[in-house]
Amino acid sequence: MGKRAPILREPLNVVALALITAFAVCAVLAPLLAPYDPLAQTLSSRLAPPSAAHWLGTDSLGRDIASRILYGARISLIVGVVVVALAGVFGTFVGLVAGYAGGLTDEALMRFTEVFLAFPPLILAMAIAGALGPSLTNAIIAIAAVTWAIYARLARGQLLSLRRREYVEAARSIGASPVRILARHLLPNAIAPLLVQASFDMGAAIIAAAGLSFIGFGAQPPTPEWGVMISEGRNFISTQPWLSLFPGLAILFAVGAFNVLGDGLRDVLDPRLRRAG
Amino acid sequence: MRFLGFLLRRVVGIAAVMIGVSVITFAISHVIPADPVAAALGDHATDAQIAQFRAEYHLDRPLPEQYVTYATGILHGDLGRSIRTRRSVADDLADSFPATLELSFAALLISIVLGVPAGVWSAISRGRLPDYVVRVLSLAGGSLPVFWLGLIVIGLFYYQLGWFPGGGRLDTFVPPPTARTGLYVLDSILAGDLAALRSSLVHLVLPALTLGYFSTAVIARMTRSSMLDVLGQDYMRTARAKGLREPVIVLRHALRNALIPTVTIIGLTFGSLLSGAVLTETIFSWPGLGRYATASAVSLDFPAVLGVTLLAAVVYPVANLIVDVAYYWLDPRIQHG
Repeated sequence: MGKRAPILREPLNVVALALITAFAVCAVLAPLLAPYDPLAQTLSSRLAPPSAAHWLGTDSLGRDIASRILYGARISLIVGVVVVALAGVFGTFVGLVAGYAGGLTDEALMRFTEVFLAFPPLILAMAIAGALGPSLTNAIIAIAAVTWAIYARLARGQLLSLRRREYVEAARSIGASPVRILARHLLPNAIAPLLVQASFDMGAAIIAAAGLSFIGFGAQPPTPEWGVMISEGRNFISTQPWLSLFPGLAILFAVGAFNVLGDGLRDVLDPRLRRAG
Repeated sequence: MRFLGFLLRRVVGIAAVMIGVSVITFAISHVIPADPVAAALGDHATDAQIAQFRAEYHLDRPLPEQYVTYATGILHGDLGRSIRTRRSVADDLADSFPATLELSFAALLISIVLGVPAGVWSAISRGRLPDYVVRVLSLAGGSLPVFWLGLIVIGLFYYQLGWFPGGGRLDTFVPPPTARTGLYVLDSILAGDLAALRSSLVHLVLPALTLGYFSTAVIARMTRSSMLDVLGQDYMRTARAKGLREPVIVLRHALRNALIPTVTIIGLTFGSLLSGAVLTETIFSWPGLGRYATASAVSLDFPAVLGVTLLAAVVYPVANLIVDVAYYWLDPRIQHG
């Protein structure tokens, strides 16, 4: 009988992975799964409560909320992946260069990184998104710009603890180039905490993008983005709460799943950080 | 002496970060595709009006010169003039910051009062129902969008139950207390104004609970985790072997040691409260820094955006410095390490 992967031994992690898989399937197969066109307006059935025809009800323009949430999964997944990819690659690169070069380069890059860590993320993201103009693409750039610094710090920290190891000295002594040492020897060994951070940041990016859209700096109506949907339901919270309720629950489950996965990955990849319980 | 050296190093570090922060915010608000002149004057402004506006805000000068003018102004407490409100940005910030500070303090207080006992309770009930309840609530707290929680809370406690007001800092007919600090609760206590005190407290409940949920979750998680570490230490076994009662062991021996990492998290949390305040203030029509920042960013009011960003970026390292100083006194290992 095969042994289960360590991350699957905790039931909560299994639930989180199942939710993330469902989230990804919804995102990819939204056109096949959605019962209606997410932009199609049916004014005759506006503000309909959840029913057999519209599982999660309709919004103020008669659009099917379930279909919009399914398409919204697609947008949120793209936001999470692109933000983590941009911030992760750039931040890791800065951290590796700083850690490997040391001296003045390290000092300069780390002071630069610290400046970005000093900003409250949402306020800086709002300033960037406001300056670039409100759109989903600019929101992604803004969130990536406030996220990369943590990867730089993590990557540098890992590198400092690894660069004196024997296998690095061995690679250097046989004449391996710095790029090769970084890419082939140091990065693979430094990746664990970066993966953990990436999982947390998937959730954080989804929340941040929804927040920016909610205050008008991200995706714009009629895009079926979860933050936009919550904002559109704002004026109906006393009478038709489902307009905002369901997109919010979608964010809660998606972000919660990535946070649980982050915890699970940390426990599996770095037993030193494992907390009792 | 050692403490003074430590403090000096930290203050110099903060000053260096602030220079970086001012350069970056300046760059963002000046090297942008959007046109603040068009946003302020509209499409029908004459050439003369545009030229006057550009001269007034030094936009006709080279960028480095604009930055030097700006930085010199900051050193003299002058953050420029807001394009939107036509007032000094420093005055605007002085008006809106106390509201945010009051909200953030209330949220932090709620987080400590709820988060620390929840973490302790969870740790001492490890693997049982209270532990699962606290862990699930903490997980939800870290995954909820604050603006959504705010809406739900308003829908339930304002529209459905009518228990608390749904926005603002005071009832319409209650005049604000005499301004001393700008924190209405404190000002109304100082002025002995019971009507203002009651009104400001009930207005604070929903936004502070909404904003505080995230930090409550973080503090509960941290306290649980460090309590579990401490409860497994040898000196805990010794305390039990001595026959001490469980409450004494938990409160006097375990909690005091477990609180040290929690103090760090509290400092870090205060910085993150400012980000949450932007959205919470939008939902609850709370006239603070967040609402001012949003309105300024929408109208491309770059002097105001710069001012808010700069102020927000000061709060975070200063909160951390206060925590580090508290740490220095709390933990002798740091003093002698």
